[in-house]
Amino acid sequence: MTNRRTLLTSGLSGLSLAMLGGTASFAQAETGSGKFVFIILRGAMDGLTAVVPYNDPAYRSFRGTIALDGPGGPNGTLPLVDGFGLHPALKEMHGMWQTGQMSFMHAAASPYRERSHFDAQDLLEAGTAQLTSVRSGWMNRALAMLPSGPTQEGVAIGRTIPLVLRGPAKATSWAPPLAPESDGDTLARLSDLYAGDAMLSNALAMAIETDRIADGGTMISGDTGRGRQGAYAPLASAAARILAAPGGPAGAVLSFEGWDTHANQGGAQGQLANRLEALDNAIKAMRVGLGPVWANTTIVIATEFGRTVRVNGTGGTDHGTGGVSFLLGGAVKGGRMLGDWPGLSRLFEDRDLVPANDVRQLFAQGLTNAWGLDRQAVLSRVFTA
Amino acid sequence: MSLNAVIAANRFGFGARPGDLTRVAQDPKAWLVSQIGQSRATSINSDGLLSSAQAFEALQTYQQARAAQQRAAASPSPAVSVDERVRLADLVNQTTGREIEARIQHAVTTTAPFAERWVQFWSNHFTMAARNVQTTPFPGSFEREAIRPYVWGRFEELLVKADTHVGMLIYLDQAQSIGPNSQAAQNQQGRRRAAGLNENLAREILELHTLGADGGYSQADVTEFARALTGWTVAGPRLRRLAQDAKIGTTIFVPALHEPGARVVLGKSFPPAGENQALAILSHLARQPSVAKRIAFKVAQHFVADDPPQALVARLEASFRQSGGDLAALAKTLIQSPEAWAPEASKFKTPNDFLISTMRASGATAASMQALRATFEQLGQTPWRAPSPKGWPDVASEWAAPDAILKRIDWANLAADVIGETFQPIAFAESALGPALTDKTRIAISRAQTARQGIVLALMSPEFQRR
Repeated sequence: MTNRRTLLTSGLSGLSLAMLGGTASFAQAETGSGKFVFIILRGAMDGLTAVVPYNDPAYRSFRGTIALDGPGGPNGTLPLVDGFGLHPALKEMHGMWQTGQMSFMHAAASPYRERSHFDAQDLLEAGTAQLTSVRSGWMNRALAMLPSGPTQEGVAIGRTIPLVLRGPAKATSWAPPLAPESDGDTLARLSDLYAGDAMLSNALAMAIETDRIADGGTMISGDTGRGRQGAYAPLASAAARILAAPGGPAGAVLSFEGWDTHANQGGAQGQLANRLEALDNAIKAMRVGLGPVWANTTIVIATEFGRTVRVNGTGGTDHGTGGVSFLLGGAVKGGRMLGDWPGLSRLFEDRDLVPANDVRQLFAQGLTNAWGLDRQAVLSRVFTA
Repeated sequence: MSLNAVIAANRFGFGARPGDLTRVAQDPKAWLVSQIGQSRATSINSDGLLSSAQAFEALQTYQQARAAQQRAAASPSPAVSVDERVRLADLVNQTTGREIEARIQHAVTTTAPFAERWVQFWSNHFTMAARNVQTTPFPGSFEREAIRPYVWGRFEELLVKADTHVGMLIYLDQAQSIGPNSQAAQNQQGRRRAAGLNENLAREILELHTLGADGGYSQADVTEFARALTGWTVAGPRLRRLAQDAKIGTTIFVPALHEPGARVVLGKSFPPAGENQALAILSHLARQPSVAKRIAFKVAQHFVADDPPQALVARLEASFRQSGGDLAALAKTLIQSPEAWAPEASKFKTPNDFLISTMRASGATAASMQALRATFEQLGQTPWRAPSPKGWPDVASEWAAPDAILKRIDWANLAADVIGETFQPIAFAESALGPALTDKTRIAISRAQTARQGIVLALMSPEFQRR
């Protein structure tokens, strides 16, 4: 146990210098003064669509119909560092990139190497090297390091507190007052599950049709119709309000769902582009809602794993390994690509982007940046087993 | 683990709590049989709940206060303050709320879920529902006093206890029924509001509690039976002169209200016998072959299939007839019937049973029952609020409307958040469904985008929705 812990800690700190070029490029804040926001994209966002390695020689052949182009092309991305383009739907985030308020880490992954959403999300939130029976999250453990007081608190936007925010430090949750509706994706999965049950499948099909009509003919999945999926921005606004209030909490967690694009994920437009646009709108809502507090805010966006490098037979991608993570906010001195790019010439298990960078490095960087915590202390006390 | 453990827990019970399936698997049939017996059915915690007599008094106080206030509305100093009325109304409402919570809590936590299903089956057969202020305080005490203690005895006894309980006498208007030629009616003649015969209870006993609508009785039978029932009423303030010693809010027989004379029901003559005249008719009804047939069908339909196997119905019918309506024997026959253990799960859970089984599967304890009350309402089945004396429907077509399915999914979304705090989705599905969990559902759960979605898929899977 001790050995593993020591190894993990030293491994992390060893990597950090090489990967991130030290901490000097980040705004230094007094302990506890900033706001930290963690956004979990549940369902596994396709990193190669969010941040496109358009110059990689293998990219186009792997991606086929869902490939995007470099800046300026017909399906053009927005310029990042040379060879990498941001999905055109992420306009607000690109503006932050241009003003030096955003960095990204490609080929990022937690230590998880299997392909179950739940286990992967658990490990992403636990912040440990592997799943253990310890049920606390890294953000909570970091909160516990802040000076005690009313702001030593985290808020989860949702009806329950996700693992990342569970633990010894105080955590609350806030949910929109509306009763949640089941989203289009869940209904679609139930439709599949009901294939052998005539009564249930007929009832559900009629319900979906009725709902579609009631919504004025818009589709049930995607951004409109039933769904928590399209509703990221209101949640971000709520988080901003809570964070910016006098004596408000030091941190917030938001979960955005609907990234599991096994079929018809699309390219510059389509299902995934709609999700990305909703994410971008949420970031904008966060910036606007935080007002002057934005300048002290650090946001980390992560997902449980990336998706397969090859497009599959149904125009989608399947569960993979390496993905993309973002670090952004008014308190971030960014405008850079973090970590290594492993390229597409060699794939992990001949299918996934190689997980070259430990996403916990990015988490640690975000916590250090937001709360002025000692980086070594964060690595040894927060991201241990 | 054999499928029989799941069938015992789901089809005969309210679904497995964590760990239940392992225990049940040792001997599923013995586990069910062991639940038969008075104490298991009556073990509900009734701390803080009112007896029917106490509920009656509370209601009387409330209604008197309201009447006094209405009379005094124009007066500058009303006899009863608005605050007092609100307080009394709250008392009545709280009584109902606590009853509902106690019932849900018992079903969620009981270690004898088959006994509780059996109780709820009979409670629904003898529906006594809250439909207005007069009936609202009673269904809980009705079930505890007139149903639970008698569900393992003889049908005839249960019939008498249910249909002479204060709650039922009020619900089906028997409390107001007066023989047209009774002593009280004679004395009352010429007064402004002459009371008379009310046939409601007699009709529902024949149509719903015993013979059934096609059970071969006529309108004359209804009227005659209603006459025989006169005198059976509730001791209340208006009867103070006629029944001075009676305890307020209890069932009494008042000879002065009883219609004199012999009665003919189903072709059989019942001589004058006071209160025993109606009891003799009830006893006669309980022995009719159509009752055995109907109860057998209802039990089979409730536990096994909307369109139950004929062999099962015949076996239950024979058991009922040969045992003289012994309900424990009937339950044992059900447990021993091979048709009841068919692997195919064809019954679709009612909202009540879906909610209770979800709570059981999640290992829920008493804490959250209050919040659940609203959910029963949203899903269309508030305890003791059946829309008519016929009770809740017992077939899938009544419960599987498109909107109803969607509401279940929406609620499952909520529940999944809470369940996800303690369970991984596959572990949850395995704990609740054991070997009934199909590969198809298992794969769908394992592919879900979030733990919550996985739990929603488990809760809404055909094998969890059906039993």
